[in-house]
Amino acid sequence: MAEPLLELRDLTVQFPSPNGWLTVVDKVSFSVGRNDIVCVVGESGSGKSVTMQAAVGLVQPKGGRVTGGSVRFDGKELVGMSNRDLNRVRGDEIGFIFQEPMSSLNPAYTVGEQIAEVVRRHRGASRADAWKRAVEMLDRVHIASAASRAREYPHQFSGGMRQRVMIAMAVACDPKLLIADEPSTALDVTIQARILELLRELQRESGMSVLFITHDLGVVADIARRVVVMYGAQVVESASADELFARPRHPYTAGLLAAMPQVALERGQDPVAIPGTVAQAHAWPGGCRFNPRCVYRQEGACTTVPVPLEPVAPGQDALVRCALAASLSDTLREAVAA
Amino acid sequence: MNTVPCLKVDGLNVTYPVGRGLLHAVVDVSLEIGPGETLGLVGESGSGKSTTGLAVLRLIDIASGTVRLGNDDVAGANRSELRTLRKRMQMVFQDPYSSLNPSMTVAQLLEEPLIIHADLPKSERRSMVGRILESVGLHAGYAARYPHEFSGGQRQRIAIARAMILAPELVVLDEPVSALDVSTQSQILALLKTIQAESGSAFLLVAHDLAVVRLMSPRVAVMYLGEIVETGPSARVYDEPAHPYTAALISAVPFPDPARQRRADRIILGGDLPSPMNPPSGCRFRTRCPFAMEICSQEAPPKVAVEGGGVASCHLHAHGPKLDGGSLRPFLREKRVAMVE
Repeated sequence: MAEPLLELRDLTVQFPSPNGWLTVVDKVSFSVGRNDIVCVVGESGSGKSVTMQAAVGLVQPKGGRVTGGSVRFDGKELVGMSNRDLNRVRGDEIGFIFQEPMSSLNPAYTVGEQIAEVVRRHRGASRADAWKRAVEMLDRVHIASAASRAREYPHQFSGGMRQRVMIAMAVACDPKLLIADEPSTALDVTIQARILELLRELQRESGMSVLFITHDLGVVADIARRVVVMYGAQVVESASADELFARPRHPYTAGLLAAMPQVALERGQDPVAIPGTVAQAHAWPGGCRFNPRCVYRQEGACTTVPVPLEPVAPGQDALVRCALAASLSDTLREAVAA
Repeated sequence: MNTVPCLKVDGLNVTYPVGRGLLHAVVDVSLEIGPGETLGLVGESGSGKSTTGLAVLRLIDIASGTVRLGNDDVAGANRSELRTLRKRMQMVFQDPYSSLNPSMTVAQLLEEPLIIHADLPKSERRSMVGRILESVGLHAGYAARYPHEFSGGQRQRIAIARAMILAPELVVLDEPVSALDVSTQSQILALLKTIQAESGSAFLLVAHDLAVVRLMSPRVAVMYLGEIVETGPSARVYDEPAHPYTAALISAVPFPDPARQRRADRIILGGDLPSPMNPPSGCRFRTRCPFAMEICSQEAPPKVAVEGGGVASCHLHAHGPKLDGGSLRPFLREKRVAMVE
């Protein structure tokens, strides 16, 4: 099998708190293949965004530290790489899109200047060539009259258009990997639908890989080929998108699905809430971190020893972190069947 | 209906002065909610749904129109009349992190409305605080804690307790669950239903998510650029929309099933929300509507009664396919639209 483009192995990240260092990403391993779209899905505090930031060396500036593990990107080890080298990788080989496009754009420069600047910095292009590339990129993200709109400032664009500008900037240097952290969450659903469509189209045309971070399983179903589910700083399940939605193996994944209003409507019943609140880093439960909220929980098996992430069956790609996975398999499948 | 509705809004307009112009945020909105009933008000940002909610409570100025709470005039109420009315109508905001004063304990937060609006001895206030906390699923012992000690879902429970402690006739819920984690959203939705069954309060539920609204309210009104474009029983509106904007809104929400997403007939809306300073002529939705006809730019659309209940404001019912109050679904299937800008 070909080496994956991005491979995280046992990545561990800590952030300081008044009570000492808290582990907010705990031995996270997964990979993103070439020409692949992987979604990392989780709720607040799951560690999904920090995982992504740590992978590309963005947690140190925020006070965090990577305490273990490795991140291999296209044959290079990123953990421990100098900031100078990391800067070259980021923006050139890895593009980023964040949730809030307004705070990532500089209000004092035109959008064309900002895209051109990225091209000049990473590609060493001349001013004229960089400008040409900026206009071309705006056109590629379907901004009408790109040549004239390139001369406008971020505030002259709507939220959806600004996100298109961010995408143009992120892919201007033909990155091998695009990391998108909740890129459509702050947008209206009709605008979100177009942004997802655009990302799919750009991915298809360029063959770049996409690592997409979201809390929304609907968005995951729309864009992902493979899915990594995180809870309590750990990966609790990973599988192909088709497999995950048809056969969730972890009670948390099945619970998230059953909690969605659309799914409940489809079944003609009320959505089923997951009881309790999302686990917090200062008080991870012992054993399985989901156990206090799990309706299938068993004393002992779920509450005493940490549960490993294991293949759902020997030789399978799909992984699950659940002590009861084998016995719950059919129960969970029925629980999400319409 | 011979009972007096809890809330009756007629021809509500809200404008904001912007520069030298006037931004028309809410345009001729009329709606009615019966006692103990829930009406869902759905739309995207800029639709005027939240502004409508605020205007109903007179938390912002009304340009014209009437708002009645039971038999009482809200729109024309003076300051002291409003004070009395406020006791009977409350609001729950989207963000439980910014809507609760962080320097007050839960007990103080919940007691404040009682101190302002009810003349009760301290012991009675305290026991009411304990009771309301339990009714929203929180320990009475939490009363001495501060908001930051709670999760988002728990904070929203506190905000709901604060809104409900005076047993209001009307509660405006502005996106009450959209800031919460998915796994806890439905806890809050279930709580709202229970608490409404106990209190008999009417709810105006403002939300962008049609699925949430359909679960919570028997009737819904869909807003676009300040106007109500479609109303009706939630099940009918959700299953058989009669306005293209409603259909687009429903189809834009991705369903958690990859196979279904791949074959979904999605209506992808082009363009952006036009400026409410300078709304399109005729139908306000026409600049983004995949089915716009010539007449749509010339005349405001008629309000057509829809089969199965409600009203839709769209020319497609009288022109083009002449849907005549029918569902848009057969027409959509025919068109097999998957329009990309």
